[in-house]
Amino acid sequence: MHDGDRRVHPYIPNSVPEVRDAMLRAVGAASTEDFYADVPESIRLRRPLDLPAPLRSEAELVRHVEGLLARNTSTRDALSFLGAGCYGHHVPAVCDEIAGRGEFLTAYAGDPYEDHGRFQALFEYESMMGELLERDVVNVPTYDGFQAAATAIRMAGRISGRRRALVAASVSADKRSKVVDYVRPDVEVGLVPFDATSGTLDLAALAAALGPDVACVFVENPTFLGTVETGGPEIVRLAHAAGALAVVSVDPSTLGVLAPPAAWGADIDCGDIQPLGMHQHFGGGHGGFIATDDDPTFVMEYPSRLFGIAPTAVPGEYGFGDVAYERTSFAVREEGKEWVGTAAALWGITAGVYLALMGPQGMRELGETMMARTRYAMTRLAAIPGLRIPFAATPHAKEFVVDLSATGRTVASVAAALRERGIFLGADLSGEQPVLGQAALVAVTEVCTQTDIDRLATELAEVLA
Amino acid sequence: MSAGLPIGPKPRPRRFHQASWDEPIVFELSVPGARGVLPPATEPGITALVGDPAAELPPGIGRAAPPALPELSQVHVLRHYDRLSQETLGVDLNVDVGQGTCTMKYSPKVDDHLVRSPKVADTHPLQDASTVQGTLEIMWRLERMLAEISGMARVSLQPASGSAAIWANVAMIRAWHESRAEGDRRDEVITTIFSHPSNAAAAKVAGYRVITLYPDADGYPDLGALRAALSERTAALLITNPEDTGIFNPRIEEFVRVVHEVGGLCSYDQANANGILGITRARDAGFDLCHFNIHKTFSTPHACGGPGAGAVGVTAELEPFLPRPTIERDARGFFLDEDRPHSIGKVRPWYGVTPNLVRAYAWIMSLGADGLRKVAETAVLNNNYLLARVLEIRGASVPYATGRRRIEQVRYSWEQLHADTGVHTEDIAARVADFGSHYWMSHHPYVVPEPMTLEPTESYSREDLDEYAAILAEIAREAYEEPETVLTAPHRSTVHRIDHEPLDDPARWAITWRAYRRKHLGGS
Repeated sequence: MHDGDRRVHPYIPNSVPEVRDAMLRAVGAASTEDFYADVPESIRLRRPLDLPAPLRSEAELVRHVEGLLARNTSTRDALSFLGAGCYGHHVPAVCDEIAGRGEFLTAYAGDPYEDHGRFQALFEYESMMGELLERDVVNVPTYDGFQAAATAIRMAGRISGRRRALVAASVSADKRSKVVDYVRPDVEVGLVPFDATSGTLDLAALAAALGPDVACVFVENPTFLGTVETGGPEIVRLAHAAGALAVVSVDPSTLGVLAPPAAWGADIDCGDIQPLGMHQHFGGGHGGFIATDDDPTFVMEYPSRLFGIAPTAVPGEYGFGDVAYERTSFAVREEGKEWVGTAAALWGITAGVYLALMGPQGMRELGETMMARTRYAMTRLAAIPGLRIPFAATPHAKEFVVDLSATGRTVASVAAALRERGIFLGADLSGEQPVLGQAALVAVTEVCTQTDIDRLATELAEVLA
Repeated sequence: MSAGLPIGPKPRPRRFHQASWDEPIVFELSVPGARGVLPPATEPGITALVGDPAAELPPGIGRAAPPALPELSQVHVLRHYDRLSQETLGVDLNVDVGQGTCTMKYSPKVDDHLVRSPKVADTHPLQDASTVQGTLEIMWRLERMLAEISGMARVSLQPASGSAAIWANVAMIRAWHESRAEGDRRDEVITTIFSHPSNAAAAKVAGYRVITLYPDADGYPDLGALRAALSERTAALLITNPEDTGIFNPRIEEFVRVVHEVGGLCSYDQANANGILGITRARDAGFDLCHFNIHKTFSTPHACGGPGAGAVGVTAELEPFLPRPTIERDARGFFLDEDRPHSIGKVRPWYGVTPNLVRAYAWIMSLGADGLRKVAETAVLNNNYLLARVLEIRGASVPYATGRRRIEQVRYSWEQLHADTGVHTEDIAARVADFGSHYWMSHHPYVVPEPMTLEPTESYSREDLDEYAAILAEIAREAYEEPETVLTAPHRSTVHRIDHEPLDDPARWAITWRAYRRKHLGGS
């Protein structure tokens, strides 16, 4: 055996020396070295890896990791108005409970027999998202909203046979970065500006940019700037008039109060399910959805797994399986649509739990509360000297832009001063949207109370005074 | 009647029956008016000032009718999903050696507990770096550990999974050639049939023509075929080693050398790294890029198919192309560097699947260098032990490289059993469910006839491996003596044999309950 290392590790059952010796004898090996006979000596690592010394006990491990994490300030320790694509919504306890079940947490890719529950839970996720979106087809989640947007645009390219996408310039720089690099073999991205007054898409600019080579128009609702895309139905009409598809990224947490893209006549929906029961996880809680009508032309362009319901040999028994598996890279490698693999299934199951808990009334109330508190926050901040809410006349769902330019201060300096007071101001937009000046993007979810908003307004006024 | 005392010994294999709750679809549990959880209500003081903005949305912008979601009391949501969870077979419950290539190892519970802390779960990615030094330090340390394990100069933890990491590597390969004004000319990527299909698929997505090499007669990647495929059009070789057969390519250095000779890059898919930790490294074989599946090799839970996590490692020459931001350190501490002009940009929102990165860090810290090597050696020992047990079973064989050891997994064949009995590998898969475990055949196409791929990892005991082999032996016996039992399986699972035909028929498939109601229940 290796170096006579006879130590037993709790995670490695067959580290028991007597067992190892017996197993080696059983397979006729002198040592585990025998198994590496095909690894040439020239590439063998003949020294120990240079890694930190291990923490032998679980107690020491917990002490060490918690010691590092103690240097973090969480959004529970502070009052956070950060959003910009990752939101601190309330996560119902039942969501955490189900997401933490060992059966779901540690399952993977089994068949619909031994993993029936996983298939049913994901079918139900698709189904509840389908109701929220008024769509008959929703995918098993892809990685995140960025990937969902990129894939939706490539789907539109394949379906239309065209090579240009018109993307709202208000889309975040990070999302544009992902999308542009991902779609470029098939689709070239052009940007359509947003209207400086309303913060929604500039419809005249869109009309001017549309042409016979445009595969799709891509907009968000709400926009990255927090505005409700009130031009939605007209955007879809303009796209269709040019023979282009309309792709709409939507925040699902707003769909209790906002019309789904299907109601506008849009063709492909996409977005991120993080708001539906996932913690922020420092940006690690994302999952992407894509949804369309049940048109085979569209269905056959999904890269994702699509779980469908099927009969079994027993009456009254639901079975599940993969719909149109032959379109996937699992089935036909590079001849499939993009690729499919491990993505965000457990977040899909968790989002299903969330929607089952919330129900139609819960989603409605969630939207109402967020809209009202967001408007309240806009009103409070607008009253502070030097602050301006640039798109105040437009409806907002859960996030809004505030312009600090007239205060003569940078967002960074104001955010730093508020941080000293235990408040995280919203995202700093001055780098990626310089046209907005020293602007911050303030998120107000349902967990921000009137007291919280009042505190923000008071302390912000003090900081600026 | 009782069987009396003493209670007899347990028969083997065990008399398993999967949970079978005959659970309705969640919509069928709906009771109008029931509530599962209540969101906060708007304060009267707010309403007094701003009214009800949702009610004032213009027509066509506001939602006309509430979404037709199910309405359930909280306990019924919990019970429904607890039941579905019981009908799912995680690593926590079974001898999960049957999902070959997936590296189904134990995910330590302590690591799950650590990431439930609000210090991880409730932190926002745009918080100032000064408020997330703990997480940044963990990610920074994990990067360096993976760099040491792979031999690479620099690592990014941003990709969401293994396939997303393959994509990131392909995007960097593309950017690298473009930076040398060779992007147009180098339009081909070479991979092997026993490398994961995402290598071929991601290359195609990036715009490359894909050349797939088949093995030589001994099952080794074919060096002659590689030489024949190489040209000034070659952008890269994307290859797994050991491949999904569990065979280590002994000429891997030569593969890399001949690709480099024509100006191509070499990217190492290390999804199968579990058997070679501390034994051999990607950079030592000359690779320019590599990736790890954090949820495989580094123990984070597979989560029904994600979230996983991916890591990419590159040489110093390719470092400028890594996804942005990178995590850097200066006198003030750790920070995120967005100023990366040659970066391929974002492959994912933010910085990576943070909870899994914390878990992986904790896992490596619980093992250290000797522990990782013990992981590899034990995974390989377990695999070769199971190989010996399976070869005792009638009708099973191991194609290729006769007499050679395997690394961490084996692709077997039931060709003989099928010829003798008519039972297919898919039938065996369905029957394994009756014994409380998983079984996986192979990626497509089936190069090995009637394939079965088993990967025992380090997480299973000798008794576990004996139990799994006994399940296969019992099913093989049935195939020869009572094939109907196998052909009509499962019998003791949650549900019975599924008719997959409607799933390929656009008129009948139903991907949501609303589509099912519309197509099959005459609903609207």
